[in-house]
Amino acid sequence: MATNQSAGDPAVTITPYPDGPYLVRGDFVVTDQEGNELPTERRTIALCRCGKSRMRPFCDGTHKLVGFKAPSSQEPWPGD
Amino acid sequence: MAGRLIELPAPRGPLSEQLFEALEGPAHARLASPGVPDSADPIADEDLQLALYVAYELHYTSIRGVDERWEWSPSLLSFRGALERPFEEAVAEMVPPAEAAELESVGAALQTIVAEDPGPPLSRYIETQGTRGQVLEHVVHRSAYQLKEADPHSWAIPRLSPRPKAAMLEVQFDEYGGGNAERMHSVLFAKTMEGLGLDPEYGAYLDRLPAVTLASVNMLTGFGLHRRRRGAALGHLAAFEMTSSIPNRRYGNALRRLGYSAEVTHFYDEHVEADAVHENIAAWDMAGGLAADEPEVAADILFGARALLQVEARWASHLMAAWEEGETSLRAPVVPVPA
Ligand code: FES
Ligand SMILES: [Fe+2]
Ligand SMILES: [Fe+2]
Repeated sequence: MATNQSAGDPAVTITPYPDGPYLVRGDFVVTDQEGNELPTERRTIALCRCGKSRMRPFCDGTHKLVGFKAPSSQEPWPGD
Repeated sequence: MAGRLIELPAPRGPLSEQLFEALEGPAHARLASPGVPDSADPIADEDLQLALYVAYELHYTSIRGVDERWEWSPSLLSFRGALERPFEEAVAEMVPPAEAAELESVGAALQTIVAEDPGPPLSRYIETQGTRGQVLEHVVHRSAYQLKEADPHSWAIPRLSPRPKAAMLEVQFDEYGGGNAERMHSVLFAKTMEGLGLDPEYGAYLDRLPAVTLASVNMLTGFGLHRRRRGAALGHLAAFEMTSSIPNRRYGNALRRLGYSAEVTHFYDEHVEADAVHENIAAWDMAGGLAADEPEVAADILFGARALLQVEARWASHLMAAWEEGETSLRAPVVPVPA
């Protein structure tokens, strides 16, 4: 099994979860546009993808209340 | 923090009386079978649920005056089995069977199941109108699980194949504080209790907890301890994580409305953010991963999720009904010490 440290692995992975946020794992920092670090305290974080969180850029579970729908894989583009 | 140690609670009927009396004696003694407990409603049966709870507590904690060998005493396990059977049947009666289509995507099925939560709006009520006394009662009920948060599900870890096991560990690592005991969720809950003037000692309120509260923890412990219920244990955890962020924001708001500090609300605030992460891993990687590796337990994953929502709904209805009557939802009121 590969670990985050092994050569050839990406340092960070970003995974969109079905109808939910982006999960970010690995060696990352989150900053605002000025470069100020936004503190994160866990190894895996969730970034809001529905736009409705009340603690953006992080997900707070609100996507379930607003019925957000999006697949985990890339959406077909251009659509038909 | 010292190791766990609880007192034997007061018995609530013949089953708990027989069990507690035996537990105070030598562990090589034989605990006579209780036969088939005759219970009209096992979920609300005070005697049955308390006896089962204490039988399970042998796996979690020391009990003052009780030989720790009782944990694996064959007669204790057979006594416990006699209590588990009617309870398991009563839970099964509340849970509709999974449909074949649901089993094609367990993650998607879990999303639908939690979206149709059958429970009353307890967290909304507490957020907007809960009195200080009601908020404290809610915390006391929850202490039965939260002071050992994550432990009951963790029994399932060694029973899993690699993919769901890794996903479950990703969630549980965070529940256990990510390597920092001070951040462990059970420790955060104890701090919240302290801040509210409640006794944060493990098991301190056992005598006050009604059957329906004990039943919610007993069901989960049963899922965790029985390998055959590993699907239900993971489905329970997934649904638990998926129904956490939003209610916990509301419970934090209730405490803020009542004037409590960020230190007291921290447990709830932490869960808004943590469970927004956990719910995805739990539904898709953990529960979905288990269903992919062991399709034969996929239906039990959905059973565990639905069972959680049904038992929680019963518990929440109990609280709201008592409060509507202006009564305590506990077996005896709690008196907080001034902070
Ligand atoms: S994706 Fe979760 S709140 Fe937006
Ligand atoms: Fe937690
Ligand atoms: Fe969690």
